[in-house]
Amino acid sequence: MLKYFPLGDSAFLIKAGNDISLNTHLKIKSITDKIKDENIDGIIELTPAYNEILVSYNPLKINYVGLLEKIKSIAEDLIITEITKPDLIYIPVCYESEFSPDIEIVAERNNLTAKEVIQIHCSVDYLVYMLGFTPGFCYLGGMSEQITTPRKENPRNKIEAGSVGIAGNQTGIYPVDSPGGWQLIGKTPLKLFDPERNPEFLIEAGNYIRFAPVSKVEYDKILAEVANNEYRLKKERGNG
Amino acid sequence: MAKIKTIKSGIQTTVQDTGRWGYQQYGMPVSGAMDTYSLQLANKLVGNNLNEACLEATINGPTIQFEEDIYISLCGANMQAKINNAEVEMYKTLAVKTGDILSFGELINGSRTYIAFSGGIKVPVIMGSKSTYLRGNIGGLNGRQLKAGDELEIGNSSDEPEIKKATSSQIPDYKDSFTARIIAGPESGYFTLNGLEKFLYSEFELSDQCDRMGYRLSGAKIEHKSTAEIISSGITFGSVQVPMHGESIIMMADRQTTGGYPRIANVISADLSYIAQLKPGDKIRFEEVKLDVAYKILKVQRNLLNQD
Repeated sequence: MLKYFPLGDSAFLIKAGNDISLNTHLKIKSITDKIKDENIDGIIELTPAYNEILVSYNPLKINYVGLLEKIKSIAEDLIITEITKPDLIYIPVCYESEFSPDIEIVAERNNLTAKEVIQIHCSVDYLVYMLGFTPGFCYLGGMSEQITTPRKENPRNKIEAGSVGIAGNQTGIYPVDSPGGWQLIGKTPLKLFDPERNPEFLIEAGNYIRFAPVSKVEYDKILAEVANNEYRLKKERGNG
Repeated sequence: MAKIKTIKSGIQTTVQDTGRWGYQQYGMPVSGAMDTYSLQLANKLVGNNLNEACLEATINGPTIQFEEDIYISLCGANMQAKINNAEVEMYKTLAVKTGDILSFGELINGSRTYIAFSGGIKVPVIMGSKSTYLRGNIGGLNGRQLKAGDELEIGNSSDEPEIKKATSSQIPDYKDSFTARIIAGPESGYFTLNGLEKFLYSEFELSDQCDRMGYRLSGAKIEHKSTAEIISSGITFGSVQVPMHGESIIMMADRQTTGGYPRIANVISADLSYIAQLKPGDKIRFEEVKLDVAYKILKVQRNLLNQD
């Protein structure tokens, strides 16, 4: 059952559940895609999150009541079971010491070796639930509890874009240079976000990503390819 | 190509248009003018497209020299604008000559002045917008605020704009206290009755933690029933979030795309332009209205802007 809430006079929310789960995510994803397909005049953009979609609209063109009528007829009868196989994107990550200042902390805390931490980190496909926080930051689901590690007590003032870290039971990639308290275990040579590139963002909500370990030599090679716009993203196309 | 040169930067002067829409799903903030009404009126007075970029000056304006004869207009906060040290009128088309210097004095009212240039500002369009997103170092002039010595290119407009003056009803009257009309938020039920009453019937003060991203208000603490967290979800311009500390935060132009605190209310679109003109120490109250009232007020504001 979907619920609707105005958020002021220029946006409203579609709520598809009360939890962070694959089931709720699939509802959000299919409703978002469906509304986008309809190209409803007056809708400016859709911002899907874990369990809600923010619909931004131009109130001088269409109002909440008018929009609800259209959205309900599209979204309420949507059959969610027909979810297609999503895209899987490979993210090369170099876990060598230069880029993994905190990997021993993660290993010790979980009674593992650094090598095992890497294996575990690369062993699952992570679902991109949503993007937010900073441009291009992906909220990933699926990290193994075996490598859970709390944030650093003293956050770093600057973490370089591309750094891969763990915070609690979450893992993520810093898309832009920013301060942060995540335990850093590696770095990707890819630019998740580049305002000068088309497309600007490599990943979108609903994708799966898998971390693929690379050596420093491969890292440098990919880095150069990325800089020259020659890198081809490894992607398994779903039918979504 | 016409140019302007920055002699003094002012506290925070940035290039802004009506925002970078369409990328919030990727976590990209919208940015854009804090006070869209003043930006659009300023553009109108120099014959620009209403959504063209202007300079947004904050509290203390810049000093700018013109390197070509062009037209400008000034809307929003009154900062005692001067051309060649002689005070000039705001809210009208002003012809400036090569070598003229625009400067500002003391802040008389409001907090943000929009400077429109005939032909607009020539900075690259990044993801559909010229707006500066300061925290992300994106857009505007190299992603940052102006500094002394910066040069900006101004578009050549082929037609001379007709000299226009805003009508008195088009000119807002800024005070240092304001009652913002709000629509109840999706999590208004997260607060105690006492908390909601405090929100609706007390006066709050803008704290020092007010910038383009958001305004934190000090005053009565708004009590939650139990939790002060929600599953991270979308927020919009004017969303009011209340974290555990009980102080409201109004989300402004450079807000993040999502937030994790209960959304108690949302300021109506028409009143955002007034809130954008408040500054730390100013007072604010909230008054609940229904959606149809908010739409009506917005239409009135839009008609006012379209008036000649």
